[in-house]
Amino acid sequence: MTTRLRVLDDGAWISVNDAREVRVSELWRLDAPDLCECTLTDLVVENFQTVGVDGSTVEARVYGQCIACGETGITDWVPIGRVRGGEFTELDRGAVRRVRREA
Amino acid sequence: MPTDVENWKSEVYGNEIRDHLFEFAEQGFDSIPDDERDAWFERFKWWGLYHQRNGQEGYFMMRIGTPNGVLEPGQLRTVGEIADEYARGPGTNPIFGDAYADFTTRQSIQLHWIELSDVPAIFEKLEENGLSTQQACGDSWRNIVGNPVAGKDAQEVIDAWPVIRELNETFKGNDDHSNLPRKWKVSVTGSADGSGQGDINDLAFEPAYKEVDGEEVVGFNVRVGGGLSRNEPRLARDIDVWVSPERVSDVAGGLSALFRDNGDREDRYNARIKFLVDEWGAEKVRDTLQEEYVDFELHTAGRDVREEYTYNTGAGERNDLVGIHDQKDGTNFVGLNVLVGRMGAEDVLELADVADEYGSGEVRLSQRQNVIVTDVPDDELDNLLDEPILEHYSPSPSPFMRGSVACTGTEYCSLSIVETKNRQVRYARWLKENVELPEDLDQFHIHLSGCTASCAQPQIADVSLRGMKTRKDGDPVEALDVGLGGGLGENPQFARWVTQRVPVDEVPGAIANLVESFADERDEGESFRAFVARHDEDELDAFVDPEETDYEDPMMHNTKRTWYPYAENDSMEDAPSPPADD
Ligand code: HEM
Ligand code: SF4
Repeated sequence: MTTRLRVLDDGAWISVNDAREVRVSELWRLDAPDLCECTLTDLVVENFQTVGVDGSTVEARVYGQCIACGETGITDWVPIGRVRGGEFTELDRGAVRRVRREA
Repeated sequence: MPTDVENWKSEVYGNEIRDHLFEFAEQGFDSIPDDERDAWFERFKWWGLYHQRNGQEGYFMMRIGTPNGVLEPGQLRTVGEIADEYARGPGTNPIFGDAYADFTTRQSIQLHWIELSDVPAIFEKLEENGLSTQQACGDSWRNIVGNPVAGKDAQEVIDAWPVIRELNETFKGNDDHSNLPRKWKVSVTGSADGSGQGDINDLAFEPAYKEVDGEEVVGFNVRVGGGLSRNEPRLARDIDVWVSPERVSDVAGGLSALFRDNGDREDRYNARIKFLVDEWGAEKVRDTLQEEYVDFELHTAGRDVREEYTYNTGAGERNDLVGIHDQKDGTNFVGLNVLVGRMGAEDVLELADVADEYGSGEVRLSQRQNVIVTDVPDDELDNLLDEPILEHYSPSPSPFMRGSVACTGTEYCSLSIVETKNRQVRYARWLKENVELPEDLDQFHIHLSGCTASCAQPQIADVSLRGMKTRKDGDPVEALDVGLGGGLGENPQFARWVTQRVPVDEVPGAIANLVESFADERDEGESFRAFVARHDEDELDAFVDPEETDYEDPMMHNTKRTWYPYAENDSMEDAPSPPADD
């Protein structure tokens, strides 16, 4: 089964199978050494750039700002949830997310 | 590769969306096939319907485009009646109640909680009264803006209203221009005050004189590629073209076609014409327009009147259109302050009556979210000023009330990071009670936008506030970035972002401290904008000095995690289901 993944409304949210699933304005803890020098980036998600899927993991690249150090930028691929049997589950908001570099 | 949005647009877009919309309205919200929702919601925008944010499924914001902000006699009443009947939803706003209309920074009107099933009835009523939502959102010609008192303003160089009407008639519903790569915002100004805010639009016509066949003629200079969004603010660039009023439509159509054919359809973030102008330069825009899109010789730019601009400049006269002003015909227009642009439906109806009684019944909307009652004879002024409704919507408000502009924010908007309108009301009230501006200042503009899209035009205010997050005592809270010293005028200047991520409850204190430093350290008669201009960012950051005060903010938490921030049971689990079709 294919999953329809889209970034919509100027990067405001991610649509999975025509339902709004993940939205901007959350704070994410990221292990993202490329984005800033903090041990963990404390990222305000401002805009989704692109969305993709790696196996069953749905990933996105996002524009945001680390509120600990002020650095802004676009992340590499960050996991945002999983699809199983056509059902999407969002990653726990408190989880530390490890960024995957583009191969 | 074209984007999904481009693919949807190439299947169905423009006028034809209406039939589908009406069919869905008839059959019910659930008749939109599950796998076509994203596509239809994108298309509905072209007819002025924007799906409200997550948690408010099935409810729409409806935007009515009123060209140049002109509401002819009777039209305000229509808006009030529609707001009263249809713009009621499951959420009650603690400040504004159950039904209200928002007057926007592009001289349009927004209603919320609109149900799909009501759309045909609303359209019918709008259209019977000469109003429309066509192209109010979506990728096409948006509502055309300008000096709202065009045709009446005693300060005007040329009457832009016939030009705006012609553009509106030519480009609304025009299949050649209905599917552009992105929104297309046009401003046409005929007065010397700069109140059309051309500099921040995709396409601007500004008054200018030109010698043609030995005679000095009034027409317009053309600028292209302004806009504020996405941390990429641009001023419209001078493309060295003057055009007579009769040819504005040809030049505007040429530029819109140039954008249609050359704008980036593969990356929506890069699609606005401001980026094409970045890439090409003004000269190539002019050359391409001349060679491929118009069939007459373009004039070079004429003598403009930019040195006379006052609107939103942060100094001098007429920074806004609030208060009593002369019309050409000897009557007056009276600008009323509408705090953050929102007016309860009952007040809208009341104001429609008042406009009828003392003026011609016409009202107009400004780009500072205010409303103007026009055509008031001298001998009716006192009676108008005595009307109770003018106590709340004042022609002589406190500077902090008058200077407040705020966007939609987390109440309804998907992009927002913070609560905006109600917060700005709370700020303005607190500042009015607690902060003293130097006596010679009657204006101080504070604009609050919930995100970088910049719908509240924060970059052109004295104090710009933009939604952010921070941690306070370890907990995430809503916060604002603070920018200073923006304004339009002959030499426009975007605000400089000097202080980042101030927790929302410390912002009033920060502004109080800032105003105090300004009052202490300004030169005699110096404007706030000039004061900011002569300080560097570190000095300004020190002036801002965030501080807790007796201001309390009830919306510090992530208001986006609620289905509606003001609901008693506000969690997403308590979100209403899409409205039942009745
Ligand atoms: C549900 C509410 C709204 C949403 C989702 C929304 C969305 C957006 C977006 C995505 C942008 C960025 C534009 C771009 O790059 O093309 C933008 C900019 C803008 N919008 Fe809104 N908007 C909303 C409400 C409003 C209101 C209330 C107004 C007044 C009519 C408004 C006027 C503007 C202005 C003036 C800009 C910035 C200037 C520019 O770049 O052209 N918006 N809006
Ligand atoms: S500035 Fe951002 S938060 Fe405010 S209305 Fe526009 S898109 Fe929404």
